[in-house]
Amino acid sequence: MAAPLVLGILVAVTVRAVLYRSSLAGFISERVEVASPLNAWKRVVEGLALLDLGVSPYSGDVFHETPLIIYLFHFLIEYSELVFMITDVLTAVALYLAVQDFNKVVFKKQKLLMELDQYASDVAELIRTPMEMHYIPLKVALFYLLNPYTVMSCVAKSTCAINNTVIAFFILTTIKGSTLLSAIFLALATYQSLYPLTLFAPALLYLLQRQFIPVKLKSKGFWLYTTQYAALYLCSLMVIVCLSFFLLNSWDFIPSVYGFILSVPDLTPNIGLFWYFFAEMFEHFSLFFVCVFQINVFFYTIPLAVKLKEHPIFFLFVQLAIISIFKSYPTVGDVALYMAFLPLWSHLYRFLRNIFILSCVLIACSLLFPVLWHLWIYAGSANSNFYYAITLTFNVGQILLISDYFYAFLRREYYLTHGLYLTRKDGTEAMLVLK
Amino acid sequence: MGLLSDPYRRRALSRLILRLNTPLCILSYLAGLGWFLGLASLPFTLRSYMSENAMGSTMVEEQFVFGERALSYAREFAGHKKKVGGIPVAWLEKTMWNLGLEVYKQPFSRTLPFPDEMRERYMVKGTNVYGILRAPRAASTESLVLSVPCSTGQHNNQAVGLMLALASYFRGQIYWAKDIIFLVNEHDLIGMEAWLEAYHDVNVTEVLSSGMLGRAGAIQAAVSLELSSDVITSFDVAVEGLNGQLPNLDLVNLFYAFCQKNGLLCTIQGKLQRTDWDTLPAYVHSLQTLLLMVLKQGSGRPQGDHGLFLRYHIEAITVRGINSFRQYKYDMGTVGKTLEGMFRKLNNLLERLHQSYFFYLLPSLARFVSIGVYMPAFGFLILILVLKALDLWMKLSKCDAGPEEQLCDGDQGAVHAAAEESRPGLLTLVPPLLICHATGLTLYFLPVLGQHMATQHFPVSESEAVVLTVIAIYVAGLALPHNTHRVLTGCGSERGWMTLKLLSLLYLAMLLGCIALINFSLGFLLAVTMVPVAAIVQPKGPKYLYAVLLVLVTPAVTLLLSIVLYQELIEYPVSALECWQLFLQAVSEGLLDHYLYGSIVFPFIALFVYPCWLLLWNVLFWK
Repeated sequence: MAAPLVLGILVAVTVRAVLYRSSLAGFISERVEVASPLNAWKRVVEGLALLDLGVSPYSGDVFHETPLIIYLFHFLIEYSELVFMITDVLTAVALYLAVQDFNKVVFKKQKLLMELDQYASDVAELIRTPMEMHYIPLKVALFYLLNPYTVMSCVAKSTCAINNTVIAFFILTTIKGSTLLSAIFLALATYQSLYPLTLFAPALLYLLQRQFIPVKLKSKGFWLYTTQYAALYLCSLMVIVCLSFFLLNSWDFIPSVYGFILSVPDLTPNIGLFWYFFAEMFEHFSLFFVCVFQINVFFYTIPLAVKLKEHPIFFLFVQLAIISIFKSYPTVGDVALYMAFLPLWSHLYRFLRNIFILSCVLIACSLLFPVLWHLWIYAGSANSNFYYAITLTFNVGQILLISDYFYAFLRREYYLTHGLYLTRKDGTEAMLVLK
Repeated sequence: MGLLSDPYRRRALSRLILRLNTPLCILSYLAGLGWFLGLASLPFTLRSYMSENAMGSTMVEEQFVFGERALSYAREFAGHKKKVGGIPVAWLEKTMWNLGLEVYKQPFSRTLPFPDEMRERYMVKGTNVYGILRAPRAASTESLVLSVPCSTGQHNNQAVGLMLALASYFRGQIYWAKDIIFLVNEHDLIGMEAWLEAYHDVNVTEVLSSGMLGRAGAIQAAVSLELSSDVITSFDVAVEGLNGQLPNLDLVNLFYAFCQKNGLLCTIQGKLQRTDWDTLPAYVHSLQTLLLMVLKQGSGRPQGDHGLFLRYHIEAITVRGINSFRQYKYDMGTVGKTLEGMFRKLNNLLERLHQSYFFYLLPSLARFVSIGVYMPAFGFLILILVLKALDLWMKLSKCDAGPEEQLCDGDQGAVHAAAEESRPGLLTLVPPLLICHATGLTLYFLPVLGQHMATQHFPVSESEAVVLTVIAIYVAGLALPHNTHRVLTGCGSERGWMTLKLLSLLYLAMLLGCIALINFSLGFLLAVTMVPVAAIVQPKGPKYLYAVLLVLVTPAVTLLLSIVLYQELIEYPVSALECWQLFLQAVSEGLLDHYLYGSIVFPFIALFVYPCWLLLWNVLFWK
């Protein structure tokens, strides 16, 4: 199993190395879809230059990365290409190991439920077999490594790749069941881009499940463990933030990174939903709407946590997708991370309704982004509405994709307990209808 | 959303798509074609109007009286041009200097990738001369350009004369708020590209030029003038620029408005508009005008020296004086007045032209079709590909699920794709995809890279070698399926070709969709030919009929047919041999346009459309 992974990694590294040397690298790193104001490499270089001059890197309005990243590249600037390739490979390997472990868990759980006779009698074809699960880790890793989105984001040296690595390690440690490491990586991910904060809920649910602690508000064990995990998380977050403070000896980075993420002052077009609205809006309404837009990321966590209490990893996947859709400066690198998980849910394929149309929509939008950008910025014949229309379509496509997967997941669970062939009261074949 | 989530309605919808697929496709094609043909008729067009406030409401009174002086300048220029045997740089500099302009010259040189036989040039050296009239009323932050190409022979002498006369007249006026640049460019588009690149201090093509010494402000608009006779009977306007880009419609409206005001006849595509709008001959006439515009725009070639300005965000048109056999002629005074009026209105602009349309088709100068009206014609054609793709997808899903396996909940989402089955199915698609794109890459790179080798081994000139190599590689691509099916062993199933066809249909749809946004005409011409045949092609049934049809819609044949249609429309029919000559010429011009000015038509066809077409060819010969 390791050999194909190594082969995949070699191919991926070769593709990236070739692209770094080609003339496309400059073009890709300028694309707004790939590099956002938060994670563009140009800005990191600018921050480094300021740091070398002995000025606070946050003193201009250009640099918005965290202090740890800038100190990382302070030492590794010469090897930046290598760093980005290695982070991608690390992400893929972490995802590979995580999914491998998760598959075992899933299989064990399925066996247990079968022995307990929880499943209906005629669901044999829904039961997952080791045969079909064997290649899933490899597929996940390759989906991440060879996804054009990942490749572009790596070639553009978008620091999004580093965030993805941190999140991948967080997932790995969570699935391995290490409370401490999971909390530390979650804190790192939060520190990096704030939004992974919402991943606290699925991680907690998974760890609880792993420790066989029931999720009941009255149980003592539940509260004990939650407090423990939360304390670990907050402590590590505090340590990291304080470390950043001591590195730069100022709190400048708090408004410059987190304030920048939350208040969305930079309205450069990107694949997200924010820029157009706030470019159009009167200044005095913008605070209210910023709140409304930001709530989107955090709001869905609660209903999802209730509904997917038993399936924290699927919850994690949906939450990752929601972050990448609703965050203030999304790039295709974020999209690539949750898309890597799609093979993990390949057993839902038979329940998906619109996968063909949606994948066509997503691919078409990805192609139309540069075309409409060209028409708007270079040719001057189109305008921002054209580009935003495609952004909107892309995001609607993503939302529909996620809801399709979500619904398919729920339907499969329903069939597992109620049997595949539903009958109505009068004996005819029944159908599940989503209202 | 109900439609997508309610299984009953989904089932009805998918049944509809499956059962009525062919009629729907035919209907959609007819609707698309009908819509396009209808574009020239009255209900689809809008009367053109001036959107820009600064140019609409203000009045200007033209007082240009230097018609005679223009002619004398023209004669003098002709004499000096003949003497020098090229652009008379010294004379132009002296004359412009005497008129009170700031004069600069800009030498440039460019070696073509291969010799251009039609214009007989290979290593081009030339000089652009331009004079700047500084605006008395404003700082030099904005400017306008009046450009005149210095052509070989007797062409365009009067244009230079008129430009100089206009410059001397403009110099005396006090109301200029924008600098005006009077430019004489040598070697038409190459000189223009060199000048524009130097002016904006960029180098996007490989033209070598000295830096630019004098600049005015940001150029707001440009008019390119071509005039080869002392009197004219009408004015013709060319709008299509590089890659089918069009100037803002307001500039065209401005030209039209001043022609109306001065009583000048004005034509577009060489066609005078008819006054009767609702008769059949009038409809046919405007359809011809529209078709000419579509053909010219689809070629992606700049139809005049203005074409390169558009890339730099500068609105520009080319105005050509025509001297035909009409009775009533206009002298230089009227022509000068028209131009003066246009420049004075442009001088009033407060911001760049942006109010009016950038995407339009013109069935006549007085009426236009906007993007919202013409896009459905293209949408109907793309719908065919989508319908066919859905049909194939459903069939593929069905044969996956197997006939006896009942769908668990009735909707087509219940697809049972066993991993063992689908994986080799997808892997077999890789070789055709790779081979087709490799052929495309060869088609793009080999002709120019291999021209010297070709001239060594065959008795042909370089430019012939390039064109013939293109055609040879293009035709050689047809032999490919016979090679690929040996590579693919054990994929001989229905699934194989259906998946390949599904892929190529989607690929074609995305290609056409992208190009139609950039250059509607090119997208539409390709769609109207390729789409129907792409939809019906399959390895079963009358194979040879399909093969003939498929060859008939290949981009090269489309080009040939477009040339024939174009010649018919300009009422200059050609014989088969001449047509072939024109075809060869068009291929070499297409390549030159790409290498000299950065036209995207050739790489688009070679790297994307041709491989996509080869994929369809592969479908046809799937074994």
